[in-house]
Amino acid sequence: MVVNYNVLGLIFASMHDTSVAELTKQRTMGSILFGGRYRLIDFPLSNMVNSGIAEVGVITKSNYGSLLDHLGSGREWDLSRKKGGLHLLPPYSQDGGIYRGRLDALSNVWSFIEHSTAKYVLLSDCDMVTTIDFNPVIEQHIESEADITVVYSKGLYDSEKNHSTNILELDGNRVKDVLVDPQLSGECNISLGMFVMSKEFLKKIVSESISRNQYSLIRDVLQAKKNEYKICGYEHKGYFSKIDSVLNFYNANLELLKTDKRNALFKKDFPVYTKIGDNGPTKYGLESNIKNSLIADGCIIEGTVENSVLFRGVKVGKGAVIKNSVILQSTEIGDECQIMSVITDKNVKISNRKVLTGSDTYPLFIGKNAQI
Amino acid sequence: MYIKKKCVAMLLAGGQGSRLYALTKNVAKPAVPYGGKYRLIDFPLSNCTNSGIDTVGVLTQYQPLVLNEYIGNGQPWDLDKLHGGVHILPPYESKAGASWYEGTANAIYQNMRFIERYDPEYVIVLGGDHIYKMDYSKMVDYHIENNADCTIAVIDVPKEEASRFGIMICDESNRVTDFVEKPKVPKSTLASMGIYVFSWDKLKKYLIENENDANEKRAKGEPWSKDFGKDIITSMLGDNQRLFAYEFEGYWKDVGTLDSLWEANMDLLSPSVPLDLYDPSWKIYSRNSNMPPQYIGNNANIENSMISEGSSIDGQVDFSIIFSGVTIEEGAKVNYSILMPGAVIKSGAVVEYAIVGEDSVIENGAKVGKSPEQVANRDDWGIAVVGHNVTVSEGKSVEPKEIIDENI
Repeated sequence: MVVNYNVLGLIFASMHDTSVAELTKQRTMGSILFGGRYRLIDFPLSNMVNSGIAEVGVITKSNYGSLLDHLGSGREWDLSRKKGGLHLLPPYSQDGGIYRGRLDALSNVWSFIEHSTAKYVLLSDCDMVTTIDFNPVIEQHIESEADITVVYSKGLYDSEKNHSTNILELDGNRVKDVLVDPQLSGECNISLGMFVMSKEFLKKIVSESISRNQYSLIRDVLQAKKNEYKICGYEHKGYFSKIDSVLNFYNANLELLKTDKRNALFKKDFPVYTKIGDNGPTKYGLESNIKNSLIADGCIIEGTVENSVLFRGVKVGKGAVIKNSVILQSTEIGDECQIMSVITDKNVKISNRKVLTGSDTYPLFIGKNAQI
Repeated sequence: MYIKKKCVAMLLAGGQGSRLYALTKNVAKPAVPYGGKYRLIDFPLSNCTNSGIDTVGVLTQYQPLVLNEYIGNGQPWDLDKLHGGVHILPPYESKAGASWYEGTANAIYQNMRFIERYDPEYVIVLGGDHIYKMDYSKMVDYHIENNADCTIAVIDVPKEEASRFGIMICDESNRVTDFVEKPKVPKSTLASMGIYVFSWDKLKKYLIENENDANEKRAKGEPWSKDFGKDIITSMLGDNQRLFAYEFEGYWKDVGTLDSLWEANMDLLSPSVPLDLYDPSWKIYSRNSNMPPQYIGNNANIENSMISEGSSIDGQVDFSIIFSGVTIEEGAKVNYSILMPGAVIKSGAVVEYAIVGEDSVIENGAKVGKSPEQVANRDDWGIAVVGHNVTVSEGKSVEPKEIIDENI
């Protein structure tokens, strides 16, 4: 891998925050916890870094305290750099208030983008968990002489279950139309929310849109100018999971219990970087009983855990039983509790002998810092 | 320009660790893995950071590649500093010629210029092969209160074990009156922990004296040495300098041998052992492997064990320490053992009372080690050791006390 100063990465840390309102009450989409030890922004960031991209801007909107804490100087993603590196771009709008769409946000941070020497820009949202090498995307973009390249994957879509999803209609690799949350179900070309274009072209669409008080990349460019611009699709084959509802968050975490899915997301030569917790190893007690679970470091487990994902620093008391649950960081579960189909947010404390039961189709969500 | 430091730590990391045999074949002893996600050097380095000591010289000599890569710029221990931080100090060539480190005192002697650049009042000398959590700043305070020239950390050991250690004999004010290395009949139970605080002007004087003295003896063909315990401490005592013992209470374990390394790991599984790796106010830092969480499969059966990130466990694990990236397949059994990073235990293999080195593979049906109950004569029992990058083939076995460092 060679360091690539020719591509600037831009991550929208807050796109679609509202689709998982429970989890974004005190954080952005990018800082939602995922997969035992990660936050969603770790995936686009690691994908960019593993693809050699050396300069990344993170565009925030609101509630970004936890995101700033997580990213710090970007050192853990190897992005604490003199040349390039990580740049946090807090919200700022020309006319006061918070930006409305991607183009508005880009316009507000344009001086940062202008300053970069990169010729191409890669835009990415944070709600897509996947492992992708961006080099072939950029190669295809250059070879096809496209104005915009949209990354998509073939996957099952259901308007009843998915939210803020863009579906591509393709002719070969040309994008003929983009549908936003269409009323249908079946296999579709699902946009992964990743777009490549030249900086020059991006500058043009941003300035044209803003002068017409337009701010949506999807509605005002991809849909409105579909015949004017050459918009191409790049098919990403491999694991992807869209975090667009609490149920999908729950399912996507539990899906990592399948070895083929886990191996497709976590590849040896493509590490997913995250903020280090410096926790001890996980300690299993004399009466622990663990089956089919994904468990991060720093946990102390004395009970039974089945079909569940435990994040860092979770404590499970003696005789407690946890099944089909997603237990976020530093949750403490008391002795002889029974926890079935539950999501606990960070720092939840559940005292001894409590019984909490959700359903696999409607998991019980316990908010951050709750004491039960 | 260098900013003055009150205290500089010098960490002796050059030892071969010959009693760890296969585990230190290509790795310096301080880089030997311990406790599921650490290496031995994480303990002194984390202690330095937690004690507010931000300038550390690491003296390396034997097989430094893994250790150098592991320490890197010191960032995992917060030792990547504008002023100070961690510095690797290998032997070097000077106008007077090149010389390997000829003992612990000589290693510091050769790096006096490193220490002088920080103009410190005190120098802490540490080893890289002990497991303990200690606030060095309290020991420095104690050194200052006593107006001492040298303060030696000591721990009270059981009388029957005292003859294995360097023993300090003290008066009622803890002033050291005598020091005996491994005495046959110990006069005290205060064992030196190999942790020293020196007033730098005094240490400098004695290092120079020892160096000149030893070189003269060598020229005359007489026996000579350049060692801290044997030479520096003994000379200072002989000159009636102020040496004090600083009594440490808490967990401390010398991991100089395979047995003690195994025991120190097993200690982590004992609720009565006071070494807390989960205390947020005194974290033991380590370089992270960037691996996903551990996966425990449907056929796994885990009891009283520690397991780290990136491991995939589908077999039986009892009383064991499992490092990152280890695979234990369905039907494999691991009891009372230590599996170092990347080890693979294939289906049907049995590993008991053993240490398996980094990236080693125990094939189907192979056996490593036995429990003491399975051995008729207890003197024949000991832990079995498989070195790093070694394969134990199908049907082969490694007996108790056996150490292998090549494929069988």
